[in-house]
Amino acid sequence: MSASLLAIILLGLSALAYYVGRSKALRGASAGTAVRLHSLPVYYGTYVALWVGLPALAVAVLWLFLEPQVIQALLTARLPEEARNLDPARLSLLIGDIKNHAMGGVTSTELTPALQTVADYFSSLRTIGVYGMTTLSVAAGLAGLAVAWRHINPAFRARHHVERAIRIALIAASTIAILTTVGIVLSLLFESIRFFSLVSPFEFLFGIQWSPQTALRADQVGQSGAFGAVPIFAGTLLITLIAMLVAVPIGLFSAIYMAEYATPRFRALIKPILEVLAGIPTVVYGFFAALTVAPAIRGFGEGLGLDVASESALAAGLVMGVMIIPFISSLSDDVINAVPQSLRDGSFAMGATKSETVVKVVLPAALPGIVGSVLLAVSRAIGETMIVVMAAGLAANLTANPFEAVTTVTVQIVTLLTGDQEFDSAKTLAAFALGLVLFVMTLGLNVIALRVVRKYREKYD
Amino acid sequence: MTDVLAGRSLADSVARARLSKRHRAERRFKYYGLVAIFAALAILSVLLITIVGTGYTAFQQTYIQVDVDFRADVIDPQGTGLESDLRSANYAVLLRDGLLKHFPDVEGRTDRRELTRLVSSGADIRLLNMVLGDPSLIGTQQQIWVKASADLDSFIKGQIPRDVPEDQRKVSDQQVGWIDALAEKGLVEKRFNIDFFTSADSREPEQAGILGAVVGSLLTLIVTLVLSFPVAVMAAIYLEEFAPKNRLTDFIEININNLAAVPSIVFGLLGLAVFLGLFGLPRSAPLVGGMVLALMTMPTIIIAARAALKAVPPSIREAALGMGASPIQTATHHVLPLAMPGILTGTIIGMAQALGETAPLLMIGMVAFIVDVPGSFTDAATVLPVQVYLWADAPERGFVERTSAAIMVLLAFLIAMNILAVFLRKRFERRW
Repeated sequence: MSASLLAIILLGLSALAYYVGRSKALRGASAGTAVRLHSLPVYYGTYVALWVGLPALAVAVLWLFLEPQVIQALLTARLPEEARNLDPARLSLLIGDIKNHAMGGVTSTELTPALQTVADYFSSLRTIGVYGMTTLSVAAGLAGLAVAWRHINPAFRARHHVERAIRIALIAASTIAILTTVGIVLSLLFESIRFFSLVSPFEFLFGIQWSPQTALRADQVGQSGAFGAVPIFAGTLLITLIAMLVAVPIGLFSAIYMAEYATPRFRALIKPILEVLAGIPTVVYGFFAALTVAPAIRGFGEGLGLDVASESALAAGLVMGVMIIPFISSLSDDVINAVPQSLRDGSFAMGATKSETVVKVVLPAALPGIVGSVLLAVSRAIGETMIVVMAAGLAANLTANPFEAVTTVTVQIVTLLTGDQEFDSAKTLAAFALGLVLFVMTLGLNVIALRVVRKYREKYD
Repeated sequence: MTDVLAGRSLADSVARARLSKRHRAERRFKYYGLVAIFAALAILSVLLITIVGTGYTAFQQTYIQVDVDFRADVIDPQGTGLESDLRSANYAVLLRDGLLKHFPDVEGRTDRRELTRLVSSGADIRLLNMVLGDPSLIGTQQQIWVKASADLDSFIKGQIPRDVPEDQRKVSDQQVGWIDALAEKGLVEKRFNIDFFTSADSREPEQAGILGAVVGSLLTLIVTLVLSFPVAVMAAIYLEEFAPKNRLTDFIEININNLAAVPSIVFGLLGLAVFLGLFGLPRSAPLVGGMVLALMTMPTIIIAARAALKAVPPSIREAALGMGASPIQTATHHVLPLAMPGILTGTIIGMAQALGETAPLLMIGMVAFIVDVPGSFTDAATVLPVQVYLWADAPERGFVERTSAAIMVLLAFLIAMNILAVFLRKRFERRW
């Protein structure tokens, strides 16, 4: 509530500043006829509005960022002696309870009178916080208005200043991609390091026993959990392999047909239909795999006298392959089309048939691009989540039999992180370690694939 | 001469045989391509036919007519007329009595319970709401259509076959007898399932709807669009129009290309660790979901926007600069408007991806079971694909058709968005 109210106040203030700046510049210009504005009036208004809006916004953001820490420290100082000596996790739980209580939410325990005073203190702090933030940020905006006001005169080069601000904003926008990558890497690394302080990286990468469920009591079986991730990696690779066996031939042959044989009308009709396959949400594929494909495979296997698990690697892999077909076909289509016509003409001139030209000339020329697209597809298959969550199994199973249930990296991340659990057990942290492995694997594949594709493209340009 | 001729004809026949072999290989190769394409099309149609085939029945719902006697001694025994009293009354009794009118010979607790199981367990809430809306109903008799229970609904739609032994289906023989008797009297009817579109999730299949998920998706997409579109367009303008060719811009470009290929679940982990863990934003909220999806769709929009900007010919820029416009004015007044249709097409495609995304939203807790339609960006909410995931996991038979129906709605939205993108491209396509 307070944040949106503040936003409205600041917007109003900026609009006012725009009007004030613009009219001051215009007044200056019309006073003496010889004086002309350096920039369009819009820029004077914008200049002042920026000077009001940006400082105010900066103060508000800074306040929102610092407030929780300050409140935490103040509350801790007010807590009774025995509560302050709790370990950090319990302490933060207690403070969370106090905050909930003050805001009228649900609490896990009844508060003692001593804690009740802390809760009241928290309420008053919150009120102070809201008013403090509003006052300070409005003050910052007014200070900015004062500074900008003094700058405005007809000779002032308002456009240059405004454009510099826009340029900085443009640069900032384009660095968000870097910030996102940094955020991903840091968050994964940070949690993984915590995980590896509990479980040795060697055990994680080379152990063959995966059972992350930890028992409640120390004397129970499996009380420590086992975090050997090899079965998970093996399951991921098995499903990826099956998916590739489906997607590569179908995708590649349809790309060849589309690029070399299809009439323009056929192409215009079929290509968008194939793209539909790429636009279908993966959760739909997952449902399809679980509802239709898995029972069909099971029935088929039983007909042959095979023992098929109801959640088999084959079902998940097949459907994932279907999902990837349009990906491979459209990327390969692009690279095949990029092969210059002169190569084909040369081959035809030597008397080769179309298929011989394709196999012996076009495909070798397009090979790096095709390899790149297959690598990208592999990376996509490894990172794909919903199909395997819905159609592959949960139990880590070290097997090469496609009729058995296996589990994958993404399935484990989802199962470890959905549901209620505390945030510093090895079990939840393991998900981040798996996420790190997934990120590193797909990043490596992507970098190689993008390199290969780009290098190849340059050759014929 | 003849020798030569003979030799030629021999060579000729060998060559001809080889040629026809080569032509056969040629035809085979062509068929492989066709087979591949039609295999893909066949799988697509099987998928769509399965979804529609299992889902279309969810748009209908079985109703049973019950003759309800709104007895004052049950609803309001003290005669106070207070809302709290009306709320606490036992409306299930009224329903049961209404059903018993048709089958007066049903005796015993278990049989009676069996009988009340014909109607949805939420039917008494409906009676309560009727009484609250119009207290003058008390003391009257009304013929009311109430929803049949989900199992019965599935049975009437033929999804639970009659010929299965009784212990293997959820509907008992007794219930089958009752429902047949009711159907004979014309008291069973299938109607359009309006609740599927107007209510949120529920544990009972017959009461579950998608409105909560649709609103959640809408809120999430608004956040995604508001955050990703301006930033992505600004980034694209900088990279395409202003960026010098140096290490930093190279690094930015590599980053954008990589981000477009990072698995979506990793973005979910980022959201979990940073937005929830570090900033303490609310779990399950469209705000956080939208932020995560915004980071995911940004690379898509940037790449599309750069292509659109690149397609604007340099002559436009040169003319603007020649007339004295600054580089920023050139970009914002001339190049950007011309590139806008292309940028919008890319944005719609990015939004369509975001609409179908599930995995990162699981990470930030949008899998919660939520019965309310979300009212703000910080309320707990779910989105359509997550609703599909939740229902696909539900053990009740009635959720199978609802999952498919929700998928049909999701696909309808996606197709609409894609048609809009195609339309935009066609409408504003321009040759320079």
